[in-house]
Amino acid sequence: MDTLTTPSLLYLNGVTVSFDGFRALNNLSLAVEPGEMRAIIGPNGAGKTTMMDVITGKTRADDGEVFFDEQDLSRLDEADIADLGIGRKFQKPTVFESHTVEDNLRLALRCDRKARAALLWRESADERRRIDRVLDTIRLGGLRHVLAGSLSHGQKQWLEIGMLLAQEPKLLLVDEPVAGMTDVETQQTAELLRHINQDRTVVVVEHDMAFVRELGVKVTCLHEGSVLAEGTIDQVSQNERVIEVYLGR
Amino acid sequence: MNVLRDRLFGLLFAIAVLTGAGWVHAAGLSEAVAHFTQDDYSATSDGIAAVNDSGDPRAVAIVEALQDGRLLFSAAAKTVVVKDRAGALTDAVTGMPVATPPADLSPVRLNNRLRRTVAAALGSLTLMSPDSLRRYEAAQAVFKSRDAGALETVEAALAKETDGRIKQALSEARAAILLVKGDAAEAAQLDAVNVIRARGDQDALALLSAVPASAPASVKQLADGAIASIRRDLEVWAGVQNAWYGLSLGSVLLLAAIGLAITFGVMGVINMAHGEMVMLGAYVTFMVQEVIRTSYPGLFDVSLLIAVPLAFVLTGIVGIAIERSVIRFLYGRPLETLLATWGISLILQQAVRTTFGPTNREVGAPSWMSGAFEIGRITITYNRLWIICFTLIVFFVLLAMLRFTRLGLEMRAVTQNRHMAASMGIRTHRIDALTFGLGSGIAGIAGVALSQIDNVSPNLGQGYIIDSFMVVVFGGVGNLWGTLVGAFTLGIANKFLEPFAGAVLGKIAILVLIILFIQKRPRGLFALKGRAVEA
Amino acid sequence: MSNSPLIRALDRGGIAFLVILAIVGAAVTLANLMLPPTSPLHVPTYLVALLGKYVCYALLALSIDLIWGYCGILSLGHGAFFALGGYAMGMYLMRQIGTRGVYADPIRPDFMVFLNWPELPVYWYGFQHFPYALLMVLLVPGLLAFVFGWFAFRSRVTGVYLSIITQAMTFALMLGFFRNNFGFGGNNGLTDFKDILGFNVQAQGTRAGLFVASCVALGLGFLLCRTIVNSKFGLVLIAIRDAEARARFLGYRVEAYKLTVFTLSACMAGVAGALYVPQVGIINPSEFAPANSVEAVIWVAVGGRGTLVGAVVGAILVNYAKTVFTTGALAPYWLFMLGGLFVIVTLLLPRGIVGTIGDWTERWRKRETAAAAAAEPSPAE
Repeated sequence: MDTLTTPSLLYLNGVTVSFDGFRALNNLSLAVEPGEMRAIIGPNGAGKTTMMDVITGKTRADDGEVFFDEQDLSRLDEADIADLGIGRKFQKPTVFESHTVEDNLRLALRCDRKARAALLWRESADERRRIDRVLDTIRLGGLRHVLAGSLSHGQKQWLEIGMLLAQEPKLLLVDEPVAGMTDVETQQTAELLRHINQDRTVVVVEHDMAFVRELGVKVTCLHEGSVLAEGTIDQVSQNERVIEVYLGR
Repeated sequence: MNVLRDRLFGLLFAIAVLTGAGWVHAAGLSEAVAHFTQDDYSATSDGIAAVNDSGDPRAVAIVEALQDGRLLFSAAAKTVVVKDRAGALTDAVTGMPVATPPADLSPVRLNNRLRRTVAAALGSLTLMSPDSLRRYEAAQAVFKSRDAGALETVEAALAKETDGRIKQALSEARAAILLVKGDAAEAAQLDAVNVIRARGDQDALALLSAVPASAPASVKQLADGAIASIRRDLEVWAGVQNAWYGLSLGSVLLLAAIGLAITFGVMGVINMAHGEMVMLGAYVTFMVQEVIRTSYPGLFDVSLLIAVPLAFVLTGIVGIAIERSVIRFLYGRPLETLLATWGISLILQQAVRTTFGPTNREVGAPSWMSGAFEIGRITITYNRLWIICFTLIVFFVLLAMLRFTRLGLEMRAVTQNRHMAASMGIRTHRIDALTFGLGSGIAGIAGVALSQIDNVSPNLGQGYIIDSFMVVVFGGVGNLWGTLVGAFTLGIANKFLEPFAGAVLGKIAILVLIILFIQKRPRGLFALKGRAVEA
Repeated sequence: MSNSPLIRALDRGGIAFLVILAIVGAAVTLANLMLPPTSPLHVPTYLVALLGKYVCYALLALSIDLIWGYCGILSLGHGAFFALGGYAMGMYLMRQIGTRGVYADPIRPDFMVFLNWPELPVYWYGFQHFPYALLMVLLVPGLLAFVFGWFAFRSRVTGVYLSIITQAMTFALMLGFFRNNFGFGGNNGLTDFKDILGFNVQAQGTRAGLFVASCVALGLGFLLCRTIVNSKFGLVLIAIRDAEARARFLGYRVEAYKLTVFTLSACMAGVAGALYVPQVGIINPSEFAPANSVEAVIWVAVGGRGTLVGAVVGAILVNYAKTVFTTGALAPYWLFMLGGLFVIVTLLLPRGIVGTIGDWTERWRKRETAAAAAAEPSPAE
């Protein structure tokens, strides 16, 4: 089998998390290959966000193992995991509202994150070039000096994705990127994600089935903290159990 | 009847003295008293002994007068007179009033050694007093003085005593004397150790440690065993006592913190003026008692019962006013809420200071809250006991209110999901105000109770605010049971630390422990987990 | 915009502030020392000491603004760092008294003789040396802040929780310092100072010197804060303030940043306290009172947090008002005013005086540019 020859970039095995007796994740196992784009769907409370929390170190798994790039994540905190190359976009767009778009990206740029380095930092031409490149990708070039707080909802989503890009992660975790977007914005976002996927691995959590179909990638459906079905969007949406618990009839 | 008893006692005393001390001649009182006219310490000492031995019923009065400096003598007239407490003079020997006192009357002087002799003499004299309370006290005094000279009297008294309590005290006194007396029989001393062991308090401990080294080995050994067992007993009782104090402190903490558990724990609003709500409650009590004192003195015993609902309503209204005028504009900005409510606390303090003055106000205790009773070796005061009961009542009523009433349901709904609650037709603003009012009202009730054990002054609240927050944070925000456990844990921990660290260092230690604890469990003892916490 | 961190700190506002500070500092000093007492422009020495006190408060406010305004850490215990710095200085001043004390003991301060302490406690060693005392002024508050912050930030105690435990910290210290056996003079604290560096603390020249030293310290503190907030470090601080989780997921070790800035801020507060003590002539445990720390926070709020200049303005304004109102017939109403100030500032002036003025000028400038743009005929028309 080729899973043995090409190791997964992200590998979850038997992960369990419970909150006061409620099992948010129940023996969840999942593997994402390098360069893949994966869509995760599932009803509310299926454990999608908790899964992201476990991968990024916000929540500790009670049981099971999480590996990224053959490294055990279970002992690391958020900053360590981010340094390893995992970027995360929140469900609610979270940008630094009282910084300009440029400063938001500057903070996200891959660099030494130590306090001392930040104190002695000087602006460099290379830094400017990298910021320009990201601004082009997310199409916010004209808004470089605008405060992030005054951006529209969709623009904030893109800025946040831009910050992920500036971070230059190997893996992007994107939580509901098109929530609250217009149809045009949704389409543009799908395009953007496909563009990003050209050189990075992406995991997208999304409710919007049209958007998932648009992405056209392998889909994993979660239910009650474990994997219910996996495959193409057509296979998954025809799975009887998926129809029963998620799509509804 | 009384006369008969007096006679009987006089007779018994004479017999006791005659049989107990064969060499003593019942010297005449006048002869004995004559010693006092010489103004010489050793003569006075002889005089005390002679009076003591005289067996005369007037002896007690004379020795008492001597002790109080009311025994006067005239060197010229060779007479001794007793000045009673009202100032009237009577002849020491005859007890007849002295119409024309000699000019050179002056008190019989005592030095420290003589004072002890007087006390001992008085002890042995009063052991025969017809008044049972005096006899009891006298027995206790002998127990403390362990005066070997009193042994015969004690034994005589013991043989005649009928009151069980006094009998006990006398036998303890006798045991005490025997123990320190070098020449007592070994068997008697062994018995004595057992008697003292049964007494089992600090005094017994001191006495047993004072057993002279010359005592027989068996006595020493028994005494050491008794010391160990008394120590153990005392430690257990000290533990019980500490636990009781801890419960008492815990109930005070809980009382102060319950209101905060509502406003901070349930609503998430940090109210630095919480302590001032407590203070207002205490002042309501003061005002209620003032009105009662001036107009309806008969109602004094129910003053607290009147004050409780009044304080609840008044501080509740103040709380609602604060919520409507300030806090509602600051939801979602906890740090600003903290500062604004701190400002309110300054205003309330100063308002009370200008109205009632900066000094402590007197709040009295109703009769059913004063006094104390004893269980084993600990003393339980009624006010502490009532405060514990009261606290638990408030706690459970509040718990029931949150669980079983419509208002409680709506409160929980609003705090869990404001938008959902609003869309189901709950008027969230009204609920906010009422919840805050409820928390404040409970703080007011706490003030009524705390007025019984604390100084009612404008600064009353300041002392509670940090402690209350610590209790709520320690117990776990949003969990009333956590607050209960937190309060009692901190109260008891505090009281058990105090004997080692002293009151202030104990308090510091508790604060440091809580700070360390918050590091370990930032969300408290009974933390809510999961996504709801992040919201 | 230049690239050097120091130059970056000296933007237009920064230079303006430093120039004003220098002019006021020099003017007050010269008017005190050079002009004869009869001159209408003469500044009496008591006023110099009073102004010196304000400047120390301003430095304390600056240290609070650095962590609260830029990093969102509301410390209600900064008075503790201020007081610790003050005690370190007070211990130096006590050792300088020597045989001039009431009991004329060359080593032990009066209160130790009074309490029958046979010898100087070890932690009082070395305080007769000024450099050592200075080191302690920085080290003691800094170390406490470091240890406290290390525990607090590592376990992610934030927001009001942090505020409350900082308050508990200063409360605990107050209880401790009130005790005689703590070895810091108990209730009475440290007082009756004679000289500092060989100069009489009461003398006019010394007072002026202390005032100048306070102004210099404030200027340096301001420059330090500016350098920090205008660096990328400052960007990260604001990022943490606005979206801590986001900063974490970007890979910033939030607790390290917080700890650095918290410790630095505590050291600044310690310096402020050290300069304060010789000017007021006493340090006692009431400086640890939680109310003092909260009051210092309101200075920052009044001036405008996150502006640095605002902290200085707020501290001086509020303390000037306090001096005016607590000495006159209005004294009983001062607490009403102070309390009202807390409420009004948080409700109506959340950006503070300087922040609000900044907003106005910003809006005015925007309107100007918009008007200018409208006046120009657009080429499309």
